[in-house]
Amino acid sequence: MVTAAATVAEKSEPRAELAPDLASFIDGWKGRPGNLIMVLHRVQQAYGYIPRDVAFEVADRLGVPLAKIYGVVTFYHLFKLKKPGLHQIAVCMGTACYLKGGEDIIRELEELLGVGLNSVTPDGEFSIEAVRCVGCCGLAPVLTVDGEVYGRVEKKRLAEILAKYRKMDVAARA
Amino acid sequence: MAKLNVEQLRKRRAEWRRESEARGDAAKRTRILVGLGTCGIAAGARAAWDAMADELAKAGVKDAELRRTGCMGLCYSEPTVEVQTPGLAPTIYGDVTPDLARRIVREHIVGRQPLTEHVYARPAPDSLAPPRPARPAAGAAAAPGPAAPAASGQLRIVLRNCGIIDPENIDEYIARDGYAALEKALFQMTPEQVVEELRKSGLRGRGGAGFPTWRKWTFTRDVKADVKYVICNADEGDPGAYMDRSTLEGDPHSILEAMAIAGRTVGAGQGYVYIRAEYPLAIQRLETAIAQARAYGLLGRDILGSGFDFDVELRLGAGAFVCGEETALIASIEGQRGMPIPRPPFPAVRGLWRKPTVINNVETLANIPVILLRGGEWFGGIGTATSKGTKVFALTGKTARSGLVEVPMGMTLRQIVYDIGGGIMGGRAFKAVQTGGPSGGVIPAAHLDTPIDYESLQSLGSIMGSGGMIVMDEDDCMVDVNRFYLEFTVDESCGKCAPCRIGGRSLYNLLAKIARGQGTGDALDQLREIGHAMQKASLCGLGQSAPNPVLSALRYFPDEYRAHIADRRCPAGKCKDLVVYYILPEKCVGCGLCARRCPASCIAGEKRQPHTIDRARCIKCGECYDVCKFEAVSRT
Repeated sequence: MVTAAATVAEKSEPRAELAPDLASFIDGWKGRPGNLIMVLHRVQQAYGYIPRDVAFEVADRLGVPLAKIYGVVTFYHLFKLKKPGLHQIAVCMGTACYLKGGEDIIRELEELLGVGLNSVTPDGEFSIEAVRCVGCCGLAPVLTVDGEVYGRVEKKRLAEILAKYRKMDVAARA
Repeated sequence: MAKLNVEQLRKRRAEWRRESEARGDAAKRTRILVGLGTCGIAAGARAAWDAMADELAKAGVKDAELRRTGCMGLCYSEPTVEVQTPGLAPTIYGDVTPDLARRIVREHIVGRQPLTEHVYARPAPDSLAPPRPARPAAGAAAAPGPAAPAASGQLRIVLRNCGIIDPENIDEYIARDGYAALEKALFQMTPEQVVEELRKSGLRGRGGAGFPTWRKWTFTRDVKADVKYVICNADEGDPGAYMDRSTLEGDPHSILEAMAIAGRTVGAGQGYVYIRAEYPLAIQRLETAIAQARAYGLLGRDILGSGFDFDVELRLGAGAFVCGEETALIASIEGQRGMPIPRPPFPAVRGLWRKPTVINNVETLANIPVILLRGGEWFGGIGTATSKGTKVFALTGKTARSGLVEVPMGMTLRQIVYDIGGGIMGGRAFKAVQTGGPSGGVIPAAHLDTPIDYESLQSLGSIMGSGGMIVMDEDDCMVDVNRFYLEFTVDESCGKCAPCRIGGRSLYNLLAKIARGQGTGDALDQLREIGHAMQKASLCGLGQSAPNPVLSALRYFPDEYRAHIADRRCPAGKCKDLVVYYILPEKCVGCGLCARRCPASCIAGEKRQPHTIDRARCIKCGECYDVCKFEAVSRT
C-alpha cells in the first residue's frame, strides 16, 4: 500500500531541516488525536508562517496527507502561507474598533508604510493586516505589533509606534 | 507540592483565609492591587506597577504588598489600581499613569490623603457573602471623583474573583471558596443532586442560545458510553465581546473547577478548553492554573482521594468564527477544518470523537461553583421569570464608560447604557445598541426600558448572544454597520451550505450597492427575502443568524435605508459616496486650519476669508469636519 507520506516523499520537493525543539514537539504530538492544529501553531511560531517545505516535512512526520494540511491551513485565518514582515502589525477590525475609526488607522498605516493591507514593506520590516477582535474593545481602536497591544490609538501616534520598532532594529543590527 | 486530600484542602483554605484577612482587610498592611489583564497591560499597567514599586521603595514603605489581579471591569479607565490601606476605605484609581502612581504612594499611602479627583468607586459588591470578611468600615470613604461610575445594581457572580485575587495563585482562589464546590460534588452530593441544583437554579447557556444547562448535562449523563468528554467553549468570536477573556485571565480556576464538576456529573474523565489563539495571556494563565491544580491533586487521578479521575487540556483555535458553533468546534479540536454538521445527533449524545460530549461556554461554567455552594434556589431568585442569574456584558462602542458589567437579568438597557455606562461619549445622541454581535440586532431608543432577558431580546428581533453590547450614536449609519457585519459573516462562512455561502454574499452585495447610492427600489424587499431564506435554510447558527442585523435595522430604521436609496443620502454622514462636504461662509473665519489638515489639498481661501472645498478633488475623509472649531464645515 502506498501511504500518503510515501507519495509525498517520491516527489523531489525540497525538505526543511527542522530545529530540534520543533522536531521533538512534533514527534511528541505524533499519534495523539487532533494534533494537526496544535502542530501548525508551533510551526508558525517558529517561522512566522507555514513554509511549503515545512508543510511537506510535517505531512511526513505526522503521516497525514499534504492536502489535509493545506485544507486546514487555508481554512483558518490565523495560519499564513506568506512570510510576514519582521514586525507584524495587526489592526483590530472588531465592531468597537470599526466604529471608532479602525479603517482610518489602516489607511494611515498604508500611507506611512507605502504598502497596502496584507502586504510586507519592500525592506521586509513591517507587514500589516486587519484582524478580528483582539478582545480589548474597551480600548478601541486597537492595534497590535508582534502581539503587543496598543490601545486608544490615534493616527498621529502611529509614526511614533513605527519609529520605536525601527529604532529597535537599528540597535539590533549594530 | 504534594497532592491534597479533602482535609488538607480545607486546612489550606482556612489558613489562606486567615492570612489574607491578616494581610489586607484587617488593617495591618497596605495592599495595592494592579489590574494586569490584557487591556490593563495595553493601557500601561506595567509602567504603573514599576513606578509604584519604585516609589514605595523610595518612600521606605516596607510592609505594603503590591499585587497582580485580573480585570476590574473598568476598561475605560485602564490602568486601574485598587488601594487598601489601614484606616481608609478601599479606593480604586483609574487612568493611573506612572506619575499618578507615584502620587498615590506619596499622598494616599504615606500622606493618608486620597487623591479625590482620581478616585473611582468599587465596581460591585462581593457576591460571595459570608464567611467573607467584611471590608473595613473604619475611616471615611473617599468621595468618588467626578468621573466615577455608578456601580448601580451590578452583581458579580461570574466575575466574583476578577480584580480581587491573583489569578496565578491557586491558594488565593482556594481561600475564596475555590474548589469547595468540587469538594461538595465529590463527597456530599450525588450527580443527580448536582443536576437538580442546576435545574432549580434555572441556569441557561451563556454562549447565546440559552439552552438550560441541566438538560444538556442530563442528556450526556443518560447516554451509556465508555468515554465521555467535557468541553469549555472559549472561542469568543463575536467581534466586540471579551467577557470570557477577562474571566479566564482573572479567574481561570473557576472554569477548571466547573469542568471537573461537569465531568463528575456526566461521567467524563477528560476535558478540553477550546480557546482562541488570539488570547495569549488567557492561555498562559490557564496553563499555569492547570499545572497548579494538577500539583494539588485537584485535576488528574483520584481527585482529593475520591477515586474520581479528571484532567483538562487546552486546544487552540486558529481564527474561525464558525468554530463557536459546537459541531464545528468539535471538528476543530479533532484537527479538521471547522465545518459544522447537521444536528441531531447532538454533541451531548455524539460529540468529540463520536463520544457523548458536554459543551459549555466560559461564562456558563463560571456560574456553576457558586450555584453549588449557595444553592440553586438562591441563584433562581436572581433575574426574571425565564432568565436567572446575571449576565456579563461588554459595553463598548460610543458609550462614555466602556467596560465589563455584570448585572442581574431583567435590568433595563437604559440602566446599563446610562447609569452604568454614563450615556454617550462626546455628548452625541444615542441611536441604538447592538446585542449579539453579527448574529444579533439593534435595539433603538424606544425600547431602552425593556428589561433584558433571553425572551425580551428575541421579541425585539435581537438575541442575548454572548454579551457584546455595542452602543451606536447618531454618527453611525445602519447601512454601513450592516455592511460591516455581513462582510464579517461572509468572510467567516465555511461555505458548506448554499444559503449561507450564496445568501450572505448576495446580502453583502446589495448592502454595498445601497451604501454607494446605487440601491434600487426593490432592494429592501430583496434583503428581506434573502434574509428569511437564510434564516430558514442555513445549516448552522452562523448562516441562520447572519441576516439578523439587517432584518432588525430594516425593522427599526427603514427610513435610513430609504434615504440611501430614494434620496441618495446618508443621514449619518458615514457612507462616503453619498456625502458632500461644504463650508458655510457665514461661519467660516478663515483660520485655515482645515486647509492645512486636508490631505487632498482641496481647500483654498484667503486668510481671514471664508474658504471653499473643491468637491471634484475632495476624498471625503472628514478631516476638515473634525478639526473645524467653528462648526463651519457641514455635510449632507
